[in-house]
Amino acid sequence: MLEQLEQLRLEALEKLAAIADGEALDGWEKRFIGRKGAVTEMTRRVGELSKDERPEFGRRVNEIKQALSAAYEARAATVQSAEMERRLASGALDVSLPGRPKLLGRLHPSTQILRDIFRIWGDMGFQVYRSPDVETDENNFQLLNIPPDHPARDMWATFYTTREGIILRTHTSPGQIRAMRQYCPEPIRVILPGMCYRYEQVTARHETQFYQVEGLAVGNQITMSDLKGTLSSFTRRLFGPERETRFRPSYFPFTEPSAEMDVECILCEGKGCAVCKQTGWVEILGCGMVHPVVLQNGGYDPAKYTGFAFGMGSERIAMLKYGINDIRYFWSNDLRFLEQF
Amino acid sequence: MLVPLSWLKECVDVPFSVTELADRMTLAGLEVEAVQYIGVPGADLVWDPAHFVVARIVEVRHHPAADRLVLAVVDYGTGQLETLVTGAPNLFPYLGQDLGRVDLKSPMVLEGATIYDGHQPGFVKTTLRGRPVRGIMNRHMLCSEKELGISDEHEGILLLETHTAPGTPLQDVLGDAVLDVSLTPNLARCQSILGVAREVAAMTGQSLRCPPSEVLMQGLPASEAVQVEIWDLSLCPRFTATLIRNVTIGPSPQWMQRRLRLVGMRPISNIVDVTNYVMMERGQPLHAFDYDLLLDRARRSGDALPTIVVRAAQPGEGMTSLDGVARLFNPFDILITDSGGPIGIAGVMGGADTEVHDGTQNVLLEAANFDMFHIRRTSQAHRLPSEASVRFGRGIHPAEALRAARRAAELMRTLAGGTVARGTVDVYPGQSEPVVATINPDQVERSLGIRLDAIQIIDLLQALQFECRLVDGVVHATVPDHRVDIGVGLVGTADLAEEIARLYGYQHIPETEMGDRLPPLRANVALEQEERTRDLLVAAGLQEIISTRLTTPESEARILPPGSAPDDRPYLTLANPISQDKTTMRHTLLETMMEAVASNLRHRPYVGLFEIGSVYLSSEEGSLPEEPQRLVLGMAGQREPSGWLGGSGRAGRVLPDEGTLGFFDLKGIIEALTDGWRIRGVRYEPVLNPSFHPGRAARISQTDRGYLGIAGEVHPAVASRFGMPPGVPLLAAELDLDAVLDAIPTRSAVRPVPLFPSVYRDIALVVADDLPAATVQQLIAQTGGQLLADIRLFDLYRGEQLPAGKKSLAYALTFQASDRTLTDEEVNKLRDKIVRRLEREVGAQLRA
Ligand SMILES: [Zn+2]
Repeated sequence: MLEQLEQLRLEALEKLAAIADGEALDGWEKRFIGRKGAVTEMTRRVGELSKDERPEFGRRVNEIKQALSAAYEARAATVQSAEMERRLASGALDVSLPGRPKLLGRLHPSTQILRDIFRIWGDMGFQVYRSPDVETDENNFQLLNIPPDHPARDMWATFYTTREGIILRTHTSPGQIRAMRQYCPEPIRVILPGMCYRYEQVTARHETQFYQVEGLAVGNQITMSDLKGTLSSFTRRLFGPERETRFRPSYFPFTEPSAEMDVECILCEGKGCAVCKQTGWVEILGCGMVHPVVLQNGGYDPAKYTGFAFGMGSERIAMLKYGINDIRYFWSNDLRFLEQF
Repeated sequence: MLVPLSWLKECVDVPFSVTELADRMTLAGLEVEAVQYIGVPGADLVWDPAHFVVARIVEVRHHPAADRLVLAVVDYGTGQLETLVTGAPNLFPYLGQDLGRVDLKSPMVLEGATIYDGHQPGFVKTTLRGRPVRGIMNRHMLCSEKELGISDEHEGILLLETHTAPGTPLQDVLGDAVLDVSLTPNLARCQSILGVAREVAAMTGQSLRCPPSEVLMQGLPASEAVQVEIWDLSLCPRFTATLIRNVTIGPSPQWMQRRLRLVGMRPISNIVDVTNYVMMERGQPLHAFDYDLLLDRARRSGDALPTIVVRAAQPGEGMTSLDGVARLFNPFDILITDSGGPIGIAGVMGGADTEVHDGTQNVLLEAANFDMFHIRRTSQAHRLPSEASVRFGRGIHPAEALRAARRAAELMRTLAGGTVARGTVDVYPGQSEPVVATINPDQVERSLGIRLDAIQIIDLLQALQFECRLVDGVVHATVPDHRVDIGVGLVGTADLAEEIARLYGYQHIPETEMGDRLPPLRANVALEQEERTRDLLVAAGLQEIISTRLTTPESEARILPPGSAPDDRPYLTLANPISQDKTTMRHTLLETMMEAVASNLRHRPYVGLFEIGSVYLSSEEGSLPEEPQRLVLGMAGQREPSGWLGGSGRAGRVLPDEGTLGFFDLKGIIEALTDGWRIRGVRYEPVLNPSFHPGRAARISQTDRGYLGIAGEVHPAVASRFGMPPGVPLLAAELDLDAVLDAIPTRSAVRPVPLFPSVYRDIALVVADDLPAATVQQLIAQTGGQLLADIRLFDLYRGEQLPAGKKSLAYALTFQASDRTLTDEEVNKLRDKIVRRLEREVGAQLRA
């Protein structure tokens, strides 16, 4: 019987070594070490042995059962990990296939550039102040030191309405008057954004409507050198720390001295190209020291207060920043344009 | 304004290159927009001095073999004569003449040079090659203007009126650079060569050479030939009349014609050209009348002498102007009149009846000053922008009138052979004291942020011809009498500060940080909420658009089915629309939204858009319109973008019923927005609106705030007006953004994360088909109370298994207590209570 037992052990181990899958492993377990397996069967046959032989046989059977169980566990672990590997191998994906598309919303490029501009000015203490699109001639021109029939009116091709004295604002400057009258005599730092309108044929460079962002600072010791420093900081923040600026004299009836600010051309790094008309400079905003008459109209005593103001077209800034060559894209509502931002 | 360098150099030395001059002018506020080069380096065709020279024609002979050609014998400075073959018709009159005393000159181009081909249209370059013409070798050529690139004139060769020696490089005679200077309205004083020269002199320290003002006057005084009256000095502060007798009308000299062409004017005759030339030179417009025509008119009225009266137009007055147009005058027009009526629109255009003509012998020259506001208004009303009206309309100092009159009279005398009558008639009664503006070093520092002493300030201002005095540390600057843009008081101080900054150089003003006190910080809640709203919608997958705000009532009527009554609320209408499709300010954003969705759907399977912006609602006459903010949403197309993972539809080919977006997709976005803002109590109720599909539109409202907006599937008859494919729903919503933002709760309590497990129960209820689901859900919520944490509708069924007119609503209910684990018993009791209430109040039956 011990010999039979030994043979059984050898046979079981031999068979186990050949097993490679879970099903065969289950079969082996049933056949050799399960409740009705061969080893259990051998235990039942203990009655065939003499009393002396029984302890030795019993001990041996247990030993073999434990050894086979241990071998089974070890084999099972190997088989399982092999099976796992096979399963994982068969589950491989072509990771180069496109992912499931998600609908992505985006902000209009004008909104994006406005947010950039608001954020930068916000850091310098300038807060957004909004005013209406439809304005009085008085706010849009007269209180800004532009009387009726003044030659400076040629600078703004204006849309008039059928109502006397009511126009579409040509710039956000009437917001200067509104802000000053609201906040006087406190110091002011505001950003005045909004849609403006000009009587101009729509071309790649001109739209009848455009966003303007204007800024106004009023206080007791604001100078033109502050204006230069503040606007240069803004430009470097928006276009990059190396960006040079240039101020040259200009004319706006509501500022004096007045200036245009040019920024070093972004496309050619100031070397000269078609966009900058070979000058290396691109005009991005008009600015100046608030005219004493305007300060007075806003309620501030020009003998005690000074201020600066500036205005820029945000589409024009976006066009420069992103290299857009046609302003008509902005209000075209064409996803093929808008999705690029 | 066009400024030829050669002309500018007559008034001021320019000791540097054209490019540097242009840069310096730009940095001083006279922006040079472009430079046009003629023959000199920078030009498309450069006249290299070795090949382009001045030649003197010494003899013109018959060509032995051709009638239509002549031989020109020329001296071009080499010491040897050269014979050229030419067909130039303007040489034929000189055939066989003795040219010894005629200084006949022409540009000559030598073999090998590149010129423009005179025979080809446009400007095509070609290289000059010598070849025999009818048996005579022709190596070089006399040129037309076109061949040199001066103009497109190719009728004959260019004959030069010049005293320069043969062989002189052509560049030195005709070469030039013309600066195109963009002048802001305040630079009225620079609208002339002299005006620009004055600025160049100030910025470079060169001295200015003014045109001569001496004039030889002879004979009977002008005051015995004409009288002048000004009725309203506020319209016309000064009027001068100068009489030039016995002129001979003819062409003006070539140098004058050339300069007029370079500044964009057409030469007409010596007298008219002189008036234009002096206007370009000094900036003062002039007008020449035929004196004898004025005299005739006076005599016809029974007067011995003409009396010129400057006055405002009277009702019904009219005149035919120089351009042949019969004009009726406005009360604001200033007229030059005589006893026979108007003879000129002051500062704008002369009259046809009294103009200078070929037979004119005596010229009455007007040099006057008019009110700039009136001139500007008149030139706009009559649509007559002229070189004169632009100059008057920006303001000219009255002192200029007499200087210009004297200069022009002398030129007329020398160029048209006349005699200038003694004593210009000069009516200038209001001659006022010169303007004196003041500034001190503190004021300069306060404005510019730079410290200059009084002497530095005076130096800068004197360069611009201000006469300065220093009184108690304050600079008193007398404004020179060629400018009218400097005020007094604080305005004058600001005006001087600008001039100081300009001459000091903006580039030399340092850049500093603002040291001023910060204003009080204020939140801009409306803007912050608007931006957050944009973020919520972007997070929901929508693309932002921005539309044009100008529209027409007809465009906006497209949001209604054809034949509907249009929007009868008054529009804010433009008085001067630029095009027929932009006449009014919009009332709605739906029209542009529908258009945007439909047009993008032609190349996209899915389109989801939003826009935030104002509409303009007219209130009573005279006041500004309301500008409430709207939020519009628009969607259409496939819910699932197509791809290898599923979904259907391709760009431009959206098919109906293939998972197309519907009402509930739109509603889901609006709910995402209101949930994102924690707005509670939002209701959707059926509404009939002509733009929307009946039964598929909802009025959206909120318990506290009331009306928020409307959302729905656009009426198919409307959708098709925008070119939507039939059967594909177009979804749109227009919300009153101000109301939505107003409904945002000021604070929303944060609930603790539950510590105890939730208990779930599903209930399916059979109710009447027309019972709104919201009613059922509201009852469930009310009854479930605090312990009912969530209600979700997970099935809606109508069909065979139910009686007609019924539907089944299945809800997943989540129960949750914050302080304990709920028992089954508790939850079941609550569920039964809910069911009983639904049975009682809406006749619901629990579905097995
Ligand atoms: Zn460039």
